[in-house]
Amino acid sequence: MNSSTETGSKYRSIIGIETHLELETATKMFCGCRLSFGEEKNINTCPVCLGHPGSLPVLNRRAVEFAIKIALALNCRINKRTIFHRKNYFYPDMAKNYQISQYDLPLGVAGYLEVNMGDYVRKVGITRVHMEEDAGKLIHSGSTGRISGSGASIVDFNRAGTPLIEIVTEPDIRTPEEAREYMTSLKNLLLYLDVSNCSMEEGSLRCDANVSIRPRDEKGLGTKTEIKNLNSFKFLQKGLQYEIKRQAKLLDSGKKVVQETRHYDNDSGTTRALRSKEEAHDYRYFPEPDLVPVIIDDDMVESIRAAIVELPENKTRRYMEEYGLSSYDAGFLAGDRKVAQYFESCLECFDDAKALANWIMGDFSALANREKIHICDSRVAPGGLCSMLKIIDSGRISIKIAKTVFEEMFKNGSDPEDVIREKSLEQISDSGELEGIIGSVIKDNPGPVKQFREGKEKAIGFLIGQVMARTKGKANPKVVNDIMSKKLR
Amino acid sequence: MDLNYLTAHEIKKKLEERQVSCRDVVQSVFSRIDDIDSSINAYIRLEKKSALQSADSIDKKISEGQVLGDMAGIPIGIKDNICTLGITTTCASKILDDYVPIYDAGVIGRLKKQEYILTGKLNMDEFAMGSSNENSFYGPVSNPWDTERVPGGSSGGPAASVAAGEAICSLGSDTGGSIRQPASLCGVVGFKPTYGLVSRYGLVAFASSLDQIGPFTRDMEDCAAMLNVICGHDRHDSTSLDREIPDYKSFLKDDIKGLRIGVPSELMAEGIDAEVKAAVTSALRKAEDMGAEVEEVSIPDLEYALNVYYIIAPSEASSNLSRFDGVRYGFRDSDADTLRKMYKNTRAGGFGDEVKRRIMIGTYCLSAGYYDAYYEKALKVRTLIKNDFDKAFSTYDVLISPASPTTAFRKGEKTGDPLAMYMSDICTIPVNLAGLPAVSIPAGLSDGGLPIGLQVMGDVLREDNVIRTAYALEKAIAFKEKPGI
Amino acid sequence: MKITSDDVKHVARLAELKFTAGEIDKITPQLDRILEHVARISAVDTEGVEGTSHVMDVKNVFREDIPAGDTVTQRQALRNAPLEQDDGFRVPRID
Repeated sequence: MNSSTETGSKYRSIIGIETHLELETATKMFCGCRLSFGEEKNINTCPVCLGHPGSLPVLNRRAVEFAIKIALALNCRINKRTIFHRKNYFYPDMAKNYQISQYDLPLGVAGYLEVNMGDYVRKVGITRVHMEEDAGKLIHSGSTGRISGSGASIVDFNRAGTPLIEIVTEPDIRTPEEAREYMTSLKNLLLYLDVSNCSMEEGSLRCDANVSIRPRDEKGLGTKTEIKNLNSFKFLQKGLQYEIKRQAKLLDSGKKVVQETRHYDNDSGTTRALRSKEEAHDYRYFPEPDLVPVIIDDDMVESIRAAIVELPENKTRRYMEEYGLSSYDAGFLAGDRKVAQYFESCLECFDDAKALANWIMGDFSALANREKIHICDSRVAPGGLCSMLKIIDSGRISIKIAKTVFEEMFKNGSDPEDVIREKSLEQISDSGELEGIIGSVIKDNPGPVKQFREGKEKAIGFLIGQVMARTKGKANPKVVNDIMSKKLR
Repeated sequence: MDLNYLTAHEIKKKLEERQVSCRDVVQSVFSRIDDIDSSINAYIRLEKKSALQSADSIDKKISEGQVLGDMAGIPIGIKDNICTLGITTTCASKILDDYVPIYDAGVIGRLKKQEYILTGKLNMDEFAMGSSNENSFYGPVSNPWDTERVPGGSSGGPAASVAAGEAICSLGSDTGGSIRQPASLCGVVGFKPTYGLVSRYGLVAFASSLDQIGPFTRDMEDCAAMLNVICGHDRHDSTSLDREIPDYKSFLKDDIKGLRIGVPSELMAEGIDAEVKAAVTSALRKAEDMGAEVEEVSIPDLEYALNVYYIIAPSEASSNLSRFDGVRYGFRDSDADTLRKMYKNTRAGGFGDEVKRRIMIGTYCLSAGYYDAYYEKALKVRTLIKNDFDKAFSTYDVLISPASPTTAFRKGEKTGDPLAMYMSDICTIPVNLAGLPAVSIPAGLSDGGLPIGLQVMGDVLREDNVIRTAYALEKAIAFKEKPGI
Repeated sequence: MKITSDDVKHVARLAELKFTAGEIDKITPQLDRILEHVARISAVDTEGVEGTSHVMDVKNVFREDIPAGDTVTQRQALRNAPLEQDDGFRVPRID
């Protein structure tokens, strides 16, 4: 098993991840305010999400449906009876100084997500999927925008009450790479469900990780620390790498790991302990008296399950079976929902799945990555790609020429036919036309011709190369080869 | 004619018959307030100007021949823990001294539709925590029958105002008896509906699973009319019952023949004053004369009702009151230079002693290591109490008891001993734990001239039995006295 | 199981309250007496009994995911703000 840390041989890492997902419902979890998208502060609020005296929560039905969808996609068991609890703590972005969340009867439990690591699969257990509400936003005054060093903060409650789904894994993850792959797979899966835009940049997808290490030959768990402020999958991986190293160093020097929450700093790539509080939070959870239990019947679950689109796992398998793609290729195409959609659109007008896969995963992705865009946001529509592949199939251009054509299509959104015509890239396959050029090349290169006739087979390559050069690569290599071979005999 | 001492149904008739104008009625009430409220202190805030404007508008509608509802033009006081849009709502606390709600409570919306007339916001025990209305930031309320004595609590203002003719009806709230006990001490009718019948949206929460809003009136007819207005589903309250509301006036039948009345022995035991017992017993005899069957019944788990309540209520309250932190509204210690200092100074400075005591108790009962033994255990004993009531109501139609173990006690008598104060609620608390409907009606005066209240309890959603029984007893008892003030 | 003044201080911290030394001396025995009294429920046999969080049997109360018309204006949201700045609620340094 791979481990990119030096501790790999001596210590085993145990990693768990807690993910928060903001749902893309129209309104908040417990009130009818719209969700916000960075407008002025405090314009999407009401007595409920402002925590005014006398206000009461009412549960958003769609949020529950989305939550069930997520729990099902993660193979969870749905609790038929699920209730809300209050999580009590004081903080200015908490309008009520308690968060309505779930505690011992969450919506979904005991699920899993299989993470494809290439040469092995890591099955990550999902402990729970539950519903809760998001807090507001704090804007800290001062130059750094961080709490420390800030004299005051401004609270904006636009985000307060946004539906949040918490997904907690079992401590089944073993390496920072697996952690990163888990988040990637989780994000791709969630994008399929149309429940959130899953953006780490926008804050609709957030994760914290906890990690402990223990000597390989020992049983049990080491002391774990929690890492916060992991704002990208890359930082998640780096943060874990750093933390594992740090813990190993401590244990190596006979010290103990302190159970604490640590803050990841992007710039230095290190974690540091958050100012230690006097004591750990005592959230004093108790059942939320203002909300009644949610009883979920089988019909509701099944209708939601039936409406879930084909998910990556099944799609991958189908691509392999139906199109004979390799597991890697199928996984690549099925993993990203938009790529899968693109691929399937192409299949409607061109049925060579392998060729499509090669182009999408090869040149197309390379160009898109260079421009830092998604292939679906490029200027090449599925129809265009199909046209080009049909032209290649017909033999009018070689694959080498096609690369040039494709680059042009990608850059300008041109039609492949136009590109071929404008740049005269059409492959020359007409024997009549080629005979003349081949004849010239043979006449102009007596040396290699002689070498070939003397038994040096490779010399024909040089001669063919000359033909290609004179035709600017447009000659059909197969036809040239045939004619050349005949003439040289 | 003392218009301010009429019932709403009497006023309605006079308005319809053009014997009086609505303005006359409102003037009469405010005149009375001017006269005596300095001695009673039932009101925190008066809304005289808008009340008169509303009165004029009602008079105009009447003169145009419009038919109006039962509560149209009726001067009604609202307990100051019910949010009134644009009108300061304080919960009798310093921490909300300047809080102006940005919305109307569900019940206020309903009353507005009926075109009621708001007289003002009524004094109460701070955040509804108390049994004597001595815990108010705006000073204690006095009992109109003897201003040296308490009116009961926490709805002291609502009870006293109706008793003293400073409002025709009022709205209060009841979590452990805060409507029924002051109604008893002030000689008026106070009704707590089945939990969930009246929206809690806009009622500043004390104990969410126990709180209910209810009316104070002079008689059962007005009470039923008020229930018709305030009961009903509210989409803003998830615990609000979604069912058809009957016409509660249809239960005003002077007939309890064959009614089976149970009298919980635990609520007629040593803790109850002899005079109180006597008044209740006398009323029960009248019931028997009317053909009802009266029997003693034991509800054994009532012994623990007080304990259960004083765990559950403070626990829920400790969480409900967390929102009072100086961030978004209300009092704030603006000198504090850090957040935690601001929280602590604001709350320590803004809350009264009883509120702090209950927050402390509740926080303790929910805290790590104590939750199981206190809060969770209390929820279980609550189930046993509820089961006991279910069992009793399978035999009896209603249960009758005193509404308070004593008549109005003196100010300061119990303030030194919180536990002694809590005991004032032993008759009323069990009802909230089980979510039952219950009413307190005047059953007579003590030798000292202080009102004694009789409580009628019904099974869940059996307002019909409660109203019918109370109405019949009201007729039989014929309590006509008024405080001398 | 007497409650000590340290217990009281701890609970006060959780509740964001603070008491002077004198207040602690006064409130500790009061709290102790009340808690000792209510703790008598430990004597009740609740084997196999489910707690009652909701006294009425209501379940599955939802709102549809449609804006409900209860949203207030920014002015209204800030109307009661003890200290307002940049259209938000200003709070002092977070410690």
